[in-house]
Amino acid sequence: MQTQNLFGTDTDINVLMNKRKKVGLIWQVVFLFSITLAILFLLLLLLSIIDSTFGYVVLRNDVEPSSLVEGKDSVKEFSRTELEEALKANLSTGVLRKVEYDKLLSQRSERDLVALLEQYVIKPEVLKTWGLWDSLTQSRAIEEYSKAESGSFMTFKSWINAGFFVSDQSADPLHAGIRTAFLGSLWIILITFLFAFPIGVGAAIYLQEYAQDNRLNRILQLNIFNLSAVPSIIYGLLGLAVFVRAMQGFTSGAIFSSLTDATANGRTILSGGLTLGLLILPIIIINTQEALKAIPASLRMSSYGIGATKWQTIWYQVLPASGERILTGTILALSRALGETAPLVVIGASTFISVDPTGIFSKFTTLPIQIYQWSARPQGAYRNLAGAAIIALLILLMVMNSAAIYTRDILSKKKRLES
Amino acid sequence: MNTSNLAEALNLGFEKAIHPKQQKTTIALNKVNIKYGSFLAVKDVSLDIYEQQVTAFIGPSGCGKSTVLRSINRMNDMIRGASIEGEVLFNGYDLYSRDVDPVLIRRKIGMVFQKPNPFPKSIYENIAWGARINGFKGDYDELVETSLRSAALWDEVKDKLKQNALRLSGGQQQRLCIARTIAVQPEVILMDEPASALDPIATGKIEELIQELKASYTIIIVTHNMGQASRVSDHTAFFMVDEQRTGYLQEYAPTEQLFLNPSHKKTEEYISGKFG
Repeated sequence: MQTQNLFGTDTDINVLMNKRKKVGLIWQVVFLFSITLAILFLLLLLLSIIDSTFGYVVLRNDVEPSSLVEGKDSVKEFSRTELEEALKANLSTGVLRKVEYDKLLSQRSERDLVALLEQYVIKPEVLKTWGLWDSLTQSRAIEEYSKAESGSFMTFKSWINAGFFVSDQSADPLHAGIRTAFLGSLWIILITFLFAFPIGVGAAIYLQEYAQDNRLNRILQLNIFNLSAVPSIIYGLLGLAVFVRAMQGFTSGAIFSSLTDATANGRTILSGGLTLGLLILPIIIINTQEALKAIPASLRMSSYGIGATKWQTIWYQVLPASGERILTGTILALSRALGETAPLVVIGASTFISVDPTGIFSKFTTLPIQIYQWSARPQGAYRNLAGAAIIALLILLMVMNSAAIYTRDILSKKKRLES
Repeated sequence: MNTSNLAEALNLGFEKAIHPKQQKTTIALNKVNIKYGSFLAVKDVSLDIYEQQVTAFIGPSGCGKSTVLRSINRMNDMIRGASIEGEVLFNGYDLYSRDVDPVLIRRKIGMVFQKPNPFPKSIYENIAWGARINGFKGDYDELVETSLRSAALWDEVKDKLKQNALRLSGGQQQRLCIARTIAVQPEVILMDEPASALDPIATGKIEELIQELKASYTIIIVTHNMGQASRVSDHTAFFMVDEQRTGYLQEYAPTEQLFLNPSHKKTEEYISGKFG
């Protein structure tokens, strides 16, 4: 039955209905396209990292193992006595004394001896490296290259391996690792957290709960928003001027003890951590303010209604209720700090140190700086190392984030079930 | 509204009116004006609230009855730009004099809100927290039990005191809020439409509870429900709103008198449902 009213006939209504549905469908496709694009780029990023982390390497030994012990082509086939003898026979007296000073050869493990032999005697040299894709598709060409170079051999190498995590920096890409950078990153992030979290949350509580709504505070608020958008390198310059130069006595630890590393000149973990702390401070403040704003007024009212003071209301009701949000925002901010490179380069992070940081007054390098430095080198092998270090950085980020999310979930579950 | 029930309720009221007990004034409002910024929300309100009686504030939306209620325990202080003129006396002391601490007032004059708003904590903690921050030194288990019993909630929750209060039903939550208020032993309880978010059965329970609590506390209740005002209150204040949207007190009288024999035409029109 056709009925006529201000919305038109039933047919009109049906036609319009189809049109409305079609518009919805078009937008759905647009959104699907954008998410697909995003996932595609993410996959591309992951693939390119993985591509550079695994692949064939063509090496040439300085001294062939067969020339050390007759008839054995690989160090792995050497017996223990053969290893010790080969080392004693081929190491220069200076190196031998230094090695024995650390630990006597007879007390070292076999793996240790193999490593020493490779490092000081056989000295494999990287001629050329290939990515995973090339290794899979062009293995014949690689083989031919290997045959053309006299005395070389090819091997498949995973650049990320156990040794990569535990060894320190080295001029030799085969022995370089990320231990110092990894420890540096952990130290820096600890200082950043200890500095930025209490100050940021405190500032947010003041601005949100105590500050009067006047001109001064509005300007303050506006500037915090602006600060969160300031490029990170500017914070680096600030850190250089304030923490490294002006506060050198404090950040180098000189005013506490004369035993600290005198060559650091204020370019220490403390300076780096404080600089990154400044960088994420506005982010933490804004996030915490949002978390506090999200608490319904009824919770505050019910607390005031039974005679709680302002401080008791904030401490016992508002903060526990907003804790999860504050924590989540802080994790995101810390993740950003963990990946920052520019400000640390500006304040003078060391690009090459092989000594582990021992405290807040040590010189340092961090994972992103290590990656930056490796990827800027001309030799191909360092780009493989950079790929491996990126994977290590991603793993660190994921572990940090999942640990924090896990803690947050435990907290919220506990809160849901009972007090 | 059932008219015969209303008449019955009011008849009971008449008996009370014939034998009025000695009435002591707990709270006195004297020429109170309340402003939000430059907007005059309530003007020239003067009324006396009597000890251990239930006083109901009724009136159309926007007439300022909740504003007046919140001025009694200085909840309006929380609202930016709110200011007050005139006197609010509590046992003869001016609540708005400089040396009065609003926190102390709210501890003496507790408040129950329109929407049940228990703390997101356990039932036990909801009661114990207010007492703890106010320095209660007695037995907390006992306090929790007596408070829940006075709020007629004990039997329903005694086996799940550790459970989160937000898992209770709306009516139970509101009684928990009342128990929480009782636990800090106030003299006055302010209730801002305590049953408007509840179903009829839960509402009935709250009304019964108000009748019981009256023996120990002075109660002021804001309500939209005239049946509720006539059932639970001893005195009723009827607020109106003028053309400038400013609220004022139209009539204040013992409940039975106001409902059966209002002295203003507006009051009569409102309680008979002609507007509002």
